[in-house]
Amino acid sequence: MDTLLNIFYLGIKEIRSLGRDTLMLFIIGFMFSAQIYVIANGMPQSLNKAPIAIVDEDQSPLSTRIINAFYPPHFLVPDIIDQYATDPGMDSGLYTFVLDIPPNFQRDLLAGQNPTLQLNIDATRIAQAFIGNNYVQTIVNGEVSTFVQGHRTLVTLPVELEVRALFNPNLNSVWFGAVIELVNSITALSIVLTGAALIREREHGTIEHLLVMPLNPFEIMLAKVWSMAVIVILVATASIIFVVEGWLEVPLQGSLLLFVTSMSLYLFATTSLGILLGTVARTMPQLGLLLLIILLPLEMLSGGLTPRESMPEFVQNIMLAAPTTHFVSLVQAILYRGADFSIVWPQFLALLGIGGIFFFLALTRFRKTIGSMV
Amino acid sequence: MNIPAPAVVSVSGVSLRYGDTLALDDISLEIPANRMVGLIGPDGVGKSSLMSLLTGARKLQTGRIKTLGGDIGDFAHRQAVCPRIAYMPQGLGKNLYLTLSVFENVDFFGRLFGQQQTERRQRIAELLQSTGLAPFHDRPAGKLSGGMKQKLALCCALIHDPDLLVLDEPTTGVDPLSRAQFWALIAQLQSRRTGMSVLVSTAYMDEAECFDWLVAMDAGRVLAEGTAAELRAQTATDSLEAAFIRLLPEEKRLGHKAVVIPPRNVDSGIAEIAIEADGLTMRFDDFVAVDNVSLRIERGEIFGFLGSNGCGKSTTMKMLTGLLPPSAGKARLFGDILDANNMATRKRVGYMSQAFSLYAELSVRQNLELHARLFHLAEAEIAGRLAEMAQRFMLENALDSMPDALPLGMRQRLSLAVAVIHRPDLLILDEPTSGVDPVARDRFWELIVDLARNDRVTVFISTHFMNEAERCDRISLMHAGKVLASDTPAKLMEAGGYASLEQTFIAYLKQASDDEDQPMAEARIGFANADLKPTAPVRHQAAQIDSRFSLLRLFSISRREALELLRDPVRAAISLFGTLFLMLTFGYGITMDVENLRFAVLDRDQTTLSNNYALDLGGSRYFIAQPPITDYKQLDYRMRSGELSLALEIPANFARDLQRGERVKIGAWIDGAMPTRAENILGYVQAMHQTWLLEQARRHASTPISTSLMSIETRFRYNPDVKSLPAMVPSVIPLLLMMIPAMLSALSVVREKELGSILNLYVTPVSKLEFLVGKQLPYIAMGMINFFLLCAMVVWVFGVSHKGEFLFLTLAALLYVIFATGFGMLVSVFTGSQIAAIFITFLFSFIPTIRFAGMIDPVSSLEGGARLVGTIFPGSYFMTICRGTFSKALGFAELSQYLLPLALASLLMVGLSIALLEKQAR
Repeated sequence: MDTLLNIFYLGIKEIRSLGRDTLMLFIIGFMFSAQIYVIANGMPQSLNKAPIAIVDEDQSPLSTRIINAFYPPHFLVPDIIDQYATDPGMDSGLYTFVLDIPPNFQRDLLAGQNPTLQLNIDATRIAQAFIGNNYVQTIVNGEVSTFVQGHRTLVTLPVELEVRALFNPNLNSVWFGAVIELVNSITALSIVLTGAALIREREHGTIEHLLVMPLNPFEIMLAKVWSMAVIVILVATASIIFVVEGWLEVPLQGSLLLFVTSMSLYLFATTSLGILLGTVARTMPQLGLLLLIILLPLEMLSGGLTPRESMPEFVQNIMLAAPTTHFVSLVQAILYRGADFSIVWPQFLALLGIGGIFFFLALTRFRKTIGSMV
Repeated sequence: MNIPAPAVVSVSGVSLRYGDTLALDDISLEIPANRMVGLIGPDGVGKSSLMSLLTGARKLQTGRIKTLGGDIGDFAHRQAVCPRIAYMPQGLGKNLYLTLSVFENVDFFGRLFGQQQTERRQRIAELLQSTGLAPFHDRPAGKLSGGMKQKLALCCALIHDPDLLVLDEPTTGVDPLSRAQFWALIAQLQSRRTGMSVLVSTAYMDEAECFDWLVAMDAGRVLAEGTAAELRAQTATDSLEAAFIRLLPEEKRLGHKAVVIPPRNVDSGIAEIAIEADGLTMRFDDFVAVDNVSLRIERGEIFGFLGSNGCGKSTTMKMLTGLLPPSAGKARLFGDILDANNMATRKRVGYMSQAFSLYAELSVRQNLELHARLFHLAEAEIAGRLAEMAQRFMLENALDSMPDALPLGMRQRLSLAVAVIHRPDLLILDEPTSGVDPVARDRFWELIVDLARNDRVTVFISTHFMNEAERCDRISLMHAGKVLASDTPAKLMEAGGYASLEQTFIAYLKQASDDEDQPMAEARIGFANADLKPTAPVRHQAAQIDSRFSLLRLFSISRREALELLRDPVRAAISLFGTLFLMLTFGYGITMDVENLRFAVLDRDQTTLSNNYALDLGGSRYFIAQPPITDYKQLDYRMRSGELSLALEIPANFARDLQRGERVKIGAWIDGAMPTRAENILGYVQAMHQTWLLEQARRHASTPISTSLMSIETRFRYNPDVKSLPAMVPSVIPLLLMMIPAMLSALSVVREKELGSILNLYVTPVSKLEFLVGKQLPYIAMGMINFFLLCAMVVWVFGVSHKGEFLFLTLAALLYVIFATGFGMLVSVFTGSQIAAIFITFLFSFIPTIRFAGMIDPVSSLEGGARLVGTIFPGSYFMTICRGTFSKALGFAELSQYLLPLALASLLMVGLSIALLEKQAR
């Protein structure tokens, strides 16, 4: 009972302390509103204003028609260039695509000679290259087909592929960006808050005060964990309702309760990680540098930004030990795909296990180092 | 009160404000030359502010100060006289570099003052010899004791032979012997160099007795000036401390009375033992902090602990509170063996530490409440106890204030109230009164005496002040982890035959030093017999310091910065391995490849043809077939769980309808959770579908038919396999070369601001250009090392070959690193804390590089503000160069145009930071 009360009062103290820290409050507010909004809207669209140039050696109605088929937002208005400008233009990165329409293209086409267009793609711009190729093919094919309609008949099999994108029918990148940024903010904030709460006690010398009181390290640590987790849960829930669903108008699928539950489990792991970092770093600047080294890999390699299956297998395996990996897949399943508990329980189990291990490690290290913090 | 000699400093009408606080209030003052002048008064009365103003370290707000015959507000005069002034700031070793050795520290200052190697060596040797630091030549400054740090700081101050020596509380926290030695050293110096004026501030009144001239200060004003004798005579008191209290304005003295200690009435019979320590020892690695300390303290006794900073007092106290488990020995509290896990004994102990260590974010009431609750006072009792504490410790009017808003004396009372809120039997007070003014100190003592005598609380207190020590029932003298002597103050003095406790302590310390190991003993003796060689012959040289640009000074800054960087484990590790580690992360993390997609088929046809369709997809390198789907429900479940990225539905009678030439539809569901991935899947599926159609048409047609009008021949240039890694990895180089070097250089200046060594910029002849460029050089070197490491990693770990001109890339990288470190310097110049510097640098290096510099979308695809940032951000140009030389086999001929923006940007950064850096504190 005493233990529970201690943990409760100490946690209340943490929340009160945070309440006085205006800079931190501002950062929290910013991370969960403006930052999510800005980043979600700034997520690279699949193909946006790709720079293209066309070498028109045909100068025919058809070639003009093709040129006019490229326009924003997928492509920039094409530059009409000379053949000799192709290489410098691509070398300097001026164009991602250069389409070469050969002389007599229209004539050969109508004569059924199956002429060939040449499409140069700067494949170092991997994001535009692959998808852009499909777009260019589709656009040129479409223009050519319409142009020759009535001139010739084409034999094809009457099989149609009807594609539907589930969960995000228009493949809107804002939906994706908003949720991923929310996850990133949750990760960063929970680690920063607990790490900083510990370092602040250490820098102000209050930790030694706690240690002479009838409190044990377990109580001190758990108080920080629960209080900071509660803060993050509140802010993140508000953010998902007001910023993600309200402001950004992202239709979310699954149960909010399930999301909050999964977040609580995740926070158990990240706040423990924060404590762990707080015991390693001696000062705030050191904590800042450590965070940089820890947060970026967590965000980049967890499958939130880029698909996990594209990463080398050893990276995938290592990242299985990171709580973020499981949380990202949980969040995507719950919020995008409307998955329920019967689907996501394995991730719950994983988070519980990892959280337990992190908490245990942090507690062991906290016990060991707390004496030298004073 | 006549002013004897000509003034070395004259202050007229000087006020200074920090925000809302008035630190100096219209001060006018003449400081006589060629003497030892003391500024006396407790903490926070404006002594330090005045000193930093008159040395030119801080910018004057109002009033005028003439120092060494000229206006210190005038830049030219400051430049001219700064080599003649030495300023040693408050705080042990504040202007020292703690990771540098003793020699390196002094050497650095010598270089700053333009001394040549031979001269420098000779001076350093003399100074270290005379201060007794010679045996510790190679020891890092951070590992010196407080007294030694102050001696080292003095050496650094004296290296250039100043005419005006300004020492701000040089002996605070130093043991009495070191203090005595320190003053002897100053006295010797002065007798040798009669032209030297010394200005000292101190909170120890007893020390000030021997100064030539005193200025008593309180609340930003001068209370009185004169010799010690004059001040005593003026106030009709017999000690300076009493004189000072007399000089205070009426309202401050209100209710002050001399502390009277009623005798302890020892109960008849055997006294109860509160603390019993037996052979307590504490070792940290190979360092013995506390060595075999034994104590017995009776209940209700006031037991004093005397010793310098770092002598083991605090460590002993921490062992007695259970904060630190002892390495050896036992401690008993009220007969129970002290066990860190025994919560019951902790409830009997109250502890108050050196620094104010309550929660500044909680109000006075909240602090009291929190502690009451954590000590498990009954909820009903708390309100009453709180009121009682507030009344007893005179905190009633401050209950809802924040601790930071209270004066120091009141904060100390709050700490005490918190320490006794749970009615402990034992109170452990670790230097509770340091920095507090004499009146508040006496008031504090009254409370302690009351607790001890009336509540029979055992008080265990450590202090620096001898007059406080004399009030204790018994004291222990401690030095270097050992208890030298332990008895009542009177008996200790009597045994040694000394008139004062201070002399007694010094005698014990001397004796202890003689017993210590050889170098230490030599140092002490060496000091005592030091014959300071006259330094006059080289004097004129020092005065002629070149105020123009000096490479020597610049390189001395670079050298020091590099040494510090390498000796800080966290920063050194990040500077060398940070980029490599992040390169691995980004190299594998920013992948645009969409591969190994799991798909499954709901085949309602189950014919060879439908099978063939599914097989075709499964054969591609992009897709991995999963067990077939049986029905819609399963399809939904498996898509929701994320198991499948693509599901296909082939309708019943697919083959038959096709045969008949009827239109058939194949359904495809794509997981849209990740739009980019979905877009790719879409592309693959459509392409695959087309190929399959052609294949089928070709196979089934009786005559060759034309299936298309024309064809498009796609040439994926520079990266024919369209793999993400070879394309992305070279573009990570600009990101990392921006982030890490900028981050570390951003810490460089702001770190000195936080630690206090920025003062060396203010008070030495080093110019802003020398300072900043000097600091930047090591980071540029580090950046280039990182560049080569990154390139090696790209080529050998990621297997991406470099096709273009490497020399050109190196040149561009150099310019880019200068820009990045320059940007870091700029951030460092205008931020106030390290954490802010890290945050800002991250925000302004990471986001522009990853979003606007063409890493993923080319700059030309960006719009609005993003486009503008992308165009002016140098990272974009370096990105083009990196990709050009790595993937496109280009070189100087094609890419030289991009060097100019890089060069301009780096010049701009360096120029701006120099312009914005201030050579005085505000």
